[in-house]
Amino acid sequence: MSELGTVGFGLAIILAAIGGAAVLTWFERRLLGIWQDRYGPNRLGPLGVLQVLADMLKLLTKHDWIPPFADRAVFVFAPTAIVVAMMLGFAVIPFGPELYILDLNIGLLFFLGMTSLAVYSVLLGGLASNNKYALLGGLRSAAQMVSYEVFMGLSLMGVVMLSGSFSLRDIVEAQRDMWYCIPQFLGLFVFLIAGIAESHRLPFDLPEAEHELTAGFHTEYGGMKFAMFMLGEYLGLILICCMITTLFFGGWLGPWLPPVVWFSLKVFILICFFILLRAAIPRPRYDQLMTLGWKYMLPLTLLNLLLTGAIALVLEGRSV
Amino acid sequence: MIESLFYIAAVIALSTTALALSRANATHALIYLIVSLLAVAVIFFLLGAPFAAALEVLIYAGAIMVLFVFVIMMLNLGEAGVAQERQWLQPRFWLLPGILAAVLLLELLLAIQHSPAATSPSVAVAPKAVGLALYGPYVLAVEIASLLLLAGLVGAYHLGRRFLARPTAVDPHPQTDDVGQA
Repeated sequence: MSELGTVGFGLAIILAAIGGAAVLTWFERRLLGIWQDRYGPNRLGPLGVLQVLADMLKLLTKHDWIPPFADRAVFVFAPTAIVVAMMLGFAVIPFGPELYILDLNIGLLFFLGMTSLAVYSVLLGGLASNNKYALLGGLRSAAQMVSYEVFMGLSLMGVVMLSGSFSLRDIVEAQRDMWYCIPQFLGLFVFLIAGIAESHRLPFDLPEAEHELTAGFHTEYGGMKFAMFMLGEYLGLILICCMITTLFFGGWLGPWLPPVVWFSLKVFILICFFILLRAAIPRPRYDQLMTLGWKYMLPLTLLNLLLTGAIALVLEGRSV
Repeated sequence: MIESLFYIAAVIALSTTALALSRANATHALIYLIVSLLAVAVIFFLLGAPFAAALEVLIYAGAIMVLFVFVIMMLNLGEAGVAQERQWLQPRFWLLPGILAAVLLLELLLAIQHSPAATSPSVAVAPKAVGLALYGPYVLAVEIASLLLLAGLVGAYHLGRRFLARPTAVDPHPQTDDVGQA
């Protein structure tokens, strides 16, 4: 791809991701409604899809208020961090054999770095609001994300071992014979749970648990700044689904259909699965979340790492 | 091209570090420090060490600094903390360290001027090469680092253990063993 083509493609990806995140707000509510035996937003436009526009208009015309007791500069900066970090994360994802923005040999680490930078948004938002609920939400999210980041990274090392590369394109190419969701099912399981925790989606949305913390870290936020937090969360959801597709479900690989279609299809199914999880699983208590992380997920990840390493060594010994 | 990118990143790193030192508000200082670490990551990347750059973002900016912010949130000093920090940052307190640092900087500049010109390597070091070096010639360093981490882990466990085992004010079920021993 030429330099200009890459820039154009990058812009297209950003627009598609933001559009996707916007439509996702409606799609999620609709799907949740269906699973909970109600309608969800179905009034505006065909199937209610114009609800997205109505929500956007509402958020854009709201008074952009900054609380007088807040730390102004940090308060304004916080929501942008998550959106920028998540968008940068899309840069390394290969959407097709020739359809990517960047093919870094540290692609996987780049993605992990961007998700760990996104944490600041929640942290600083909670800290700058100067509000007890926001502070507690921010504290919780810091502990949750730092803990889950540990084995989020470790759970992917099995994939790296098998494919022998950090480059996401190489990882997809290495899955031609078998998708990694079969040999790395433990890694997939841990990554899925850590992914939900990282994007603080509903079963693990303790930073904003509304029944105990009003709205957690974004209690003081309204209008477009609140919308930025939401956009970041949905971008995170799409990004995590893209990563799971790339790492465990063969990325663009698949028969008959063009690669991009396969990729989008897999991502779409995963997003539906994430929404189903939201509809089906209740929120755990905070200490339960930490116990699950450190006492079950971490040992499981290490076991997976050990087994994968042993198998990789045996296979290598046989081929020599 | 690469050279100008390097100098931009270097200026950002230096200025944000200076700002991180001079801010009275701890949160603002930390944000500047994070930006400084990101700038250093860019410098690593430009010098042909993408793996080190990624770890700089992942470990320093993404994990260690998060813990710093976490501690600041736990303490939640607010206005009183800022006022105290202002008092500590008066010129008479940083004047002498500043002069000493300036002397060191001068020495460093002289030393650089007399040493042969350093050239940036033209080849980027792939992650695989870093791994091979770490577990080949430098395996002892890795082992020592792991020993250090283990010590930290055991220490943290010990501290947490004592905290958990602290007896509550009113114990509704006193243990019979203690009574028997007494």
